[in-house]
Amino acid sequence: MTHHAPPANGAQRMSGAEIFLRSLDAEGVEVVFGHPGGAVIKIYDEMARIQPNFKHVLVRHEQGGAHAAEGYAKATGKVGTVLVTSGPGATNTVTGIADAYMDSVPIVVFTGQVPTQLIGNDAFQECDTIGITRSITKHSFLVRDVRDLAQAVKKAYHIARTGRPGPVVVDLPKDVLLAETEFEYPKEVNLRGYRFKARGDDAKIQRAAAMIAEADKPLFYVGGGAVGADAADVLTRIARTARIPVTTTLHGLGAFPEDDELSVGMLGMHGTWYANMAVQNADLLIAVGARFDDRVTGKLESWAPHAKIVHIDIDPSSISKNVYVDCAIVGDVRDALMRLEPLAGACRTEAWLAQVQAWKAECPLAYEQGDGRLRAQYVLERLRRHTKGEAIVVTDVGQHQMWAAQYFQFLHARTHITSGGLGTMGFCFPAAMGAAFGRPDKTVVSISGDGGFVMNAQELSVAAAHGLPIKVVIINNKFLGMVRQWQELFHDERFSHTDLSDTNPDFVKLAEAHHCVGLRAETPDEVDGVIREAWAVSDRPAVMEFRVAKEEMVFPMVPAGASTDEMITKRLTPNAFV
Amino acid sequence: MSEQNTLTPQQILRKKAQGEAIGPGEQTHRHRHIIAVLLENSIGALNRVVNLFAARGFNLESVTVGETDDPSISRMTIATTGESRIIAQVNRQLNRLIDVLEVEDLTSEEYVERELCLLKVPYASDNRVELLDTLKIFQGKVVDVTTNTMTFEITGPAKKINAFIGMMKRYGVEEIARSGRVAMKRALLFGD
Ligand SMILES: Cc1ncc(C[n+]2csc(CCOP(=O)(O)OP(=O)(O)O)c2C)c(N)n1
Ligand SMILES: [Mg+2]
Repeated sequence: MTHHAPPANGAQRMSGAEIFLRSLDAEGVEVVFGHPGGAVIKIYDEMARIQPNFKHVLVRHEQGGAHAAEGYAKATGKVGTVLVTSGPGATNTVTGIADAYMDSVPIVVFTGQVPTQLIGNDAFQECDTIGITRSITKHSFLVRDVRDLAQAVKKAYHIARTGRPGPVVVDLPKDVLLAETEFEYPKEVNLRGYRFKARGDDAKIQRAAAMIAEADKPLFYVGGGAVGADAADVLTRIARTARIPVTTTLHGLGAFPEDDELSVGMLGMHGTWYANMAVQNADLLIAVGARFDDRVTGKLESWAPHAKIVHIDIDPSSISKNVYVDCAIVGDVRDALMRLEPLAGACRTEAWLAQVQAWKAECPLAYEQGDGRLRAQYVLERLRRHTKGEAIVVTDVGQHQMWAAQYFQFLHARTHITSGGLGTMGFCFPAAMGAAFGRPDKTVVSISGDGGFVMNAQELSVAAAHGLPIKVVIINNKFLGMVRQWQELFHDERFSHTDLSDTNPDFVKLAEAHHCVGLRAETPDEVDGVIREAWAVSDRPAVMEFRVAKEEMVFPMVPAGASTDEMITKRLTPNAFV
Repeated sequence: MSEQNTLTPQQILRKKAQGEAIGPGEQTHRHRHIIAVLLENSIGALNRVVNLFAARGFNLESVTVGETDDPSISRMTIATTGESRIIAQVNRQLNRLIDVLEVEDLTSEEYVERELCLLKVPYASDNRVELLDTLKIFQGKVVDVTTNTMTFEITGPAKKINAFIGMMKRYGVEEIARSGRVAMKRALLFGD
């Protein structure tokens, strides 16, 4: 970035801070999740002066800001934006950046930095932001010259959005924000080293079509890459025309309507029994934007033993990483499917589909009911009936996350948002807030555990201040439930440091203290009333605490490292699988 | 050597579970790899490349960097040892870096490699001639001399440098500085 073209005639001179703001406007940014501090004070000053077009949301913790940007990006398909100060402001975003990296979420994080001449001097609030985030960003820039600033912003959004999406960090030293130059937003990006293969090979697509035509027991295995590439519609058409059943990963939920008879729901560790049966018996897996991770495959050698594999993915480094791929189509997932569509006719899958239906009937998802105790699964089922697949459901990490994945039915892409790769407790509420800013037309439901919710509860008052009617569900089992489950199953029921009853806040008061509505249900017959009351609130978040049974466990389950064939479908004596 | 014929972790685990032998060409072996990378001439770019290897636990035996004919582009030569399959994967990840323009694993190609070594040895009147004779055989040069030490410069493939260092050991080497390898694909191949 050493070449500086002379400014076009008439370009105005302005500060780096103003250039930054005008660049965001030129980029079409709608909302910025930010928190001020010394290194970026000039940006905030100019913000008050020039009143940019985007909305700035003052978050109460920078981690919340980063997750909010992720939620916004996942709900809208646009790039999320974060603005924080140097040092602690930057380090507070690290978890969110790592989360976005693992789940390929496009966000750009602008961090303040000490003046260039002080970098490396242990100056006040200095940290090596670029160094700290290097291994968790798709790319990063330190802007050393105000004349490079607009170009850096342009590049950052371009890189975050294209190819396999991911987080980009732009570090902005204070002197660069104070320096002046002419502003002109570049029309093009110049990145000679940045290539990605957008178009899969024709021959491979034809080969895939032939493999599909030959298969007796084909199965779509769909991941977050299909959602990210906006390929849900074409995927759905192909599956229905060719009569191929579909399973999705956690991040693939919503890419195919789960009320369709071809859907077998989620696969993997806490997937349905019938989805995993389908995988273990399929003779062809068509993996679409998925990466064969360990939570999906379990014990690698016994996974999908009869299947040939077609893999469609934008990222060449994910091909044949763990599992041999017979036909790899590297390129944009949507483009590849659009070209596959005319080649994929109806398959001879009637016998296979009958088998899949039989499996569904044999072992559906189930939990105990009717004893008067409130269980998380029941709450989620009632919520599903209430939302009818039309809400955006954001979840945290733990048992409630898996139950939500199991007991909701996702019908549309971008209606299920969660932290899958990094598994970040505290992700949920701020991400739901980001989604609510991005999709004001949708009802947003935030579903957390009692453990994870408090990790970013501070953002409640931000959502309240902006009048966002988020439906906030807290599944309170008074435990770090998922850890408790492992302790019960694999660690002789030593519940070491997972009991939260002494440290949980009063969630209703917590909600009220943050200017939200607080509600509580403790028995099954209170559930519908609480839901109705919450849905009646339209000007602020409604927090619903559901006090549920702590002993409940998530089943089915493939224990970590076990074979998918050894799935536990119901509670067994713990010694059965050690 | 190419990863194409080697088995994925799943295939290897399956064969083992079946009690089948894994063929020599199927298993990925540890090999020395020489990888040439063209990248943006910036410290951040260099860091990202090295980080990728570090993240996968590779020891970099040598890394050299220098400008190319275009001062905005540098060329890195990386010598490392690892399983071909994982190296191929790292190379794909390198290709993914925005600052990387080109990646080439020279190991599977015909290539020339050179390294430069400076080596300081003590000498006395009774071994001076012997030392210089050895140096001559290795086509080295004397680049510095004092009343009791000489500094030699030799260049060549790493093997030759190793051999020369081996020869010098018995004189009691005082100091060695090696440049690390630089390498380039041969332009013309004869005979096929
Ligand atoms: C930041 C963070 N710390 C620790 C963990 C490990 N962890 C995974 S699930 C879980 C329990 C979550 O408890 P809670 O939020 O109450 O949800 P539940 O499982 O009870 O539904 C923990 C501690 C994590 N995923 N993230
Ligand atoms: Mg809990």
